[in-house]
Amino acid sequence: MIEMQDVWKTYPNGTHALKGVSVKIDRNEFVYLVGPSGAGKSTFMKLIYREEVPTKGQISVNGFNIGKLKPRKIPYVRRNIGVIFQDFRLLPKLTAYENVAFALEVIEAPKKIIKKRVMEVLDLVGLKNKANRDPSQLSGGEQQRVAIARAIVNNPSVIIADEPTGNLDPETSWGIMQLLDEINFRGTTIVMATHNKEIVNTMRKRVIAIEHGNIVRDQLRGEYGYDY
Amino acid sequence: MVMTISTFLRHLREGAKSVFRNGWMSVASITSIIVSLLILGVFTLLVLNVNAFADEADSQVQIKAYLNSDVTEAVRDQIYNDIGSMEEVSKVKLIPKAEGLKDFREKLGEEGKDLLEGYDETTNPIPDTFEVQVIEPTTVPYVASKINALNDKYEEKPIYKVNYGQGTVEKLFKITRAIRNIGFAFVAGLALMAMFLISNTIRVTILARRREIGIMKLVGATNTFIRWPFFVEGALIGLIGSLITVGVLFFSYNELVTSVKSDVTLAIQLVPLQDIGLELGGLLVGLGLLIGIWGSTMSIRKFLKV
Repeated sequence: MIEMQDVWKTYPNGTHALKGVSVKIDRNEFVYLVGPSGAGKSTFMKLIYREEVPTKGQISVNGFNIGKLKPRKIPYVRRNIGVIFQDFRLLPKLTAYENVAFALEVIEAPKKIIKKRVMEVLDLVGLKNKANRDPSQLSGGEQQRVAIARAIVNNPSVIIADEPTGNLDPETSWGIMQLLDEINFRGTTIVMATHNKEIVNTMRKRVIAIEHGNIVRDQLRGEYGYDY
Repeated sequence: MVMTISTFLRHLREGAKSVFRNGWMSVASITSIIVSLLILGVFTLLVLNVNAFADEADSQVQIKAYLNSDVTEAVRDQIYNDIGSMEEVSKVKLIPKAEGLKDFREKLGEEGKDLLEGYDETTNPIPDTFEVQVIEPTTVPYVASKINALNDKYEEKPIYKVNYGQGTVEKLFKITRAIRNIGFAFVAGLALMAMFLISNTIRVTILARRREIGIMKLVGATNTFIRWPFFVEGALIGLIGSLITVGVLFFSYNELVTSVKSDVTLAIQLVPLQDIGLELGGLLVGLGLLIGIWGSTMSIRKFLKV
């Protein structure tokens, strides 16, 4: 599914973000990525959805060699990866429905399928009755649900979530986590970077800890392991 | 991959929206296109008219062969036939000395009346003259020398002198060429400026839509898909600019043609719009589109490189 072999990433400014990371994440796994800020978590995830290319080493996602991918092929690989951010990244001028439909429009899905599929995922994230609201009329948790709906609308096999609960209060965060758990249960691999100790320690999953560009810990049903 | 109609309509819609959203930037781009195309249009019309005028002057170039005053009627008729049988010649006309004197008197008018006082049939200083017109203006010098060579057939040269409007035509063509060159230089500079402005406008669009483009890329939109609306925006700016130019230019030119036509004191005629409108309009609109599309393509190319 996702496999890294001795992956190095050095940015043009000389920062060594990753220093020889090797890891394997199987289909249908749920992985927490933990570690201090600037340890390399974001780089780890950006390499998976080909926002960055490795300086050295190999990454394969769904059988594609990401480092050697031709630029022309990138869009097609991304259609199989859903990405969620801390700041939601919704388009403010579009309604919830339109934000989700956007992901299908740009891959030129037929209109009939778009409508059916968008309502399906909005129902899944519990926002069917708020489909016509603008993001500004939705709470933070609801906005993140729209973002999740957008990420899963074209049935990706992997979801990459970069601190999805970072901007949300604890109660709302649990709602989002339950939703992600549900999506994982339905067969989608989830890689989630987080600083939320409570979530990691309560909803036990595989934990990969990164420090100074290296994997320092990899436990099934692990715990957060930091005091912040 | 074939684009669906709904996708294509989406691109058109997005591109058109952008033109309005960018407000003053679009206005600036459109204006710069109008200015450069308008100048191109004016220069083109100028060149076309000078060309037409030169052609006209060219076709009016005629050879004048003056005969000596003591030439007999038989020799005169023979020369007339010789010239008429040359294949390059389209028309020969004899202007007898009496008629020549009358013409000359008319030309001089009241003021020159005294000058020709006392000349009559017998003392007429004007020689018999042949006016020769040729089919192809470029053959004028050759035909002139051929007429001059007719002298060799006679012991006493019957032809006094052969004249033609040498030099004037060349001068006209020189002027046309100069106008054309200045026009090209001007238009090239202005077109560059227009492209620069358009690429800046599109850059503003791109910056404003950076977020949107980022999300598009994230959910797997192809670069072609992302590029289309900007392409449409550039083309629209070019199209609007060139259509306004064509409208303004054609309207004012038509007014000019009509007023020149109605003014009898002017000896020139402008080329009517319907003779050149289609080509000129096509040229201007095509160029406007080209400038617009080129400007937009320039600014996205850098941006889309990952």
